[in-house]
Amino acid sequence: MSKPFRNPIIRWIDHRLPAFSFVRDQLEGYPAPRNLNYWWNYGFLSMVMLMIMILTGIILATHYTAHESLAFLSVERIMRDVNWGWLVRYIHSNGASMFFIVVYIHIFRGLYYGSYKAPRELLWILGVVIYLLMMATAFLGYALPWGQMSYWGVTVITNLFGAIPFVGEDLVIWLRGDYSVGNITLVRFFALHYLLPFVIFAVVFLHLWALRRFGSNNPLGIDAKGPKDKIPFHPYYTMKDIYSLGWFFIFYAVFVFFAPNLLGHPDNYVPADRLVTPPHIVPEWYFLPFYAILRSIPSELGGVLAMFGAVAILFFLPWLDRSPVRSARFRPVYQWFFWVLLGDCIVLGIVGAYPPVDPFVTIGQLATAYYFAHFLIILPALSVLEQPLPLPTSIYQPVLPKGRERFAEEGSLTQRETVQDAVQTKSH
Amino acid sequence: MNGYIKPVLVLGAFAGIIYYAVTTYTHEQAAAGGHGTARYENLKFPFQNIFGTYDRAALQRGYQVYQEVCAACHGLNLVAYRNLTEIGFTADQVKAVAAQYQVPGGPDANGDLTERPALPSDRFKSPYPNAEAAKAANGGAVPPDLSLITKARAGGADYIYALLTGYEEPPADATPPSPTLNYNPHFQKGPWIAMPPPLAEGSVTYADNTSATIPQMSYDVASFLNWAAEPELETRHRTGLKAILFLLVLTGIMYAAKRKLWVKVHNPQD
Repeated sequence: MSKPFRNPIIRWIDHRLPAFSFVRDQLEGYPAPRNLNYWWNYGFLSMVMLMIMILTGIILATHYTAHESLAFLSVERIMRDVNWGWLVRYIHSNGASMFFIVVYIHIFRGLYYGSYKAPRELLWILGVVIYLLMMATAFLGYALPWGQMSYWGVTVITNLFGAIPFVGEDLVIWLRGDYSVGNITLVRFFALHYLLPFVIFAVVFLHLWALRRFGSNNPLGIDAKGPKDKIPFHPYYTMKDIYSLGWFFIFYAVFVFFAPNLLGHPDNYVPADRLVTPPHIVPEWYFLPFYAILRSIPSELGGVLAMFGAVAILFFLPWLDRSPVRSARFRPVYQWFFWVLLGDCIVLGIVGAYPPVDPFVTIGQLATAYYFAHFLIILPALSVLEQPLPLPTSIYQPVLPKGRERFAEEGSLTQRETVQDAVQTKSH
Repeated sequence: MNGYIKPVLVLGAFAGIIYYAVTTYTHEQAAAGGHGTARYENLKFPFQNIFGTYDRAALQRGYQVYQEVCAACHGLNLVAYRNLTEIGFTADQVKAVAAQYQVPGGPDANGDLTERPALPSDRFKSPYPNAEAAKAANGGAVPPDLSLITKARAGGADYIYALLTGYEEPPADATPPSPTLNYNPHFQKGPWIAMPPPLAEGSVTYADNTSATIPQMSYDVASFLNWAAEPELETRHRTGLKAILFLLVLTGIMYAAKRKLWVKVHNPQD
């Protein structure tokens, strides 16, 4: 067991409520694979962003008024008259973008290294649930300043639910609280926007609990077998996480202090006017790929189903990709398709930013078709058809100077080259 | 290096597709004309770079242009008179400026509405009591409040400058949708704008004797309006510089600590 705490007050508390032991156990008593690269830092960065958003959000909420005649003015009051209000507001608005950036990188890390595969399927599913909750929270939050984009974005997205047969029209009125988007909608959106981050917090707890069960995946994708494959999370990965936080905060600070409205839309600085529709209604950048998918399908219901389907399909990923090899490092064909998927998502995002005219319509439709084909056709096909590279025998072996020679004796030339590549191309 | 070939090839191909699509679209838009596609230069206002500050003299001249020309139709209802101390007015000058305007007071003992002179704590008084009055006085178009105009338009202060200096004679074949409209190819919602050219040479006599040409007045009022929309800009830049310098040093120290800690992990001895 670990040694007792030095401080007598902490010992007294911990004996009655073992919170300190719990934290120490989570950090020091948690062995992690020794070969994690920096793509594994983004989960920590996501947690930091969640905490920053909750903290700044609560501060904003103490100055915000959720009423359609006062919302926009209260936000401007925060910007102009509340001490450092502009800073809290910009941290929160740019924080939403930062949160999605780190979560997207975190997701794509999972896709590349097969972190969604057995036995981590539930960990992955909980992650998709967190992503859905984040999307809902961001959508609700964007309504709150009650600018033109807020109002019309809410109108467009709540209208979509009307496409559902039979219940659609009543559902739209029920969601809005009124026949059209108005004050009632704003008030309830504020309540829900305040609530959901705490739901996210709870699901993050489940996500970490599921992670704890089998530990982290690693860039080689093979299970950590012996104690030599692992190092304690604290202090090694806590230090690495805090270091990466420095770079992340610099990136974040550039936006907050020098380009705070770059990722936003100027129309949201115009107070909402139900009689004037903006020429182009677009969501924030992190929703653009889904917006492109929505607009690619000519039918309204089809578009809605495709848009939700694009997220829903992620739930099934562990069963669509059945290759026994986890990491793309040993799946050379899958690697190509991974990069194509990433490129496809970026193209979808750009298509979503532009009005639905050619050439964007055709490109958007092709990109949407490819997105679904990737998950429904390509991944299952690769599970059967792909010839993966041979895996290293353990995580520890490739790190040793002697280990490489040991491989030369035991394995074929191909195997040694593979392991050499695995060790030397550190950036994978 | 060979590990980078796949992502570079694939993402490069996609970058090519995006480049093709965006340039095709932009050319089509420019060919169709109108909708603010006229190019204008990025003037590089002094406050636009990362060390940027406002030029107080330009802000004061811009305030004069706003007060004497624009305030006839455009409100500035998020700015308070007391904010004028930030551009160089003294507290007494601000009180005098504010007192020139009558704003609604509370009901009197009989319940009748009263008016009182404005205080520095009051916001700028709008020229019209409501949107309907604004529309009626301006041929159906509502002159927008200018408090956030540089944040509410793509292009910011550069756009305002381009708009104010951009009025021209319409091309021979162009017909306005309505006869009272004016031709300005920089206007974001199409070349026809309800606002007539607001500035003329010498519209304003500057207190500091700068010559009041249209470009000068446009530059000054664009600077002033940027301040009205972003009064925190100088503090924001200063704080940002300090924050990033601090973070750079801190990150350097964290890196050194991380490397020292990880030495044994990177070089296992058995």
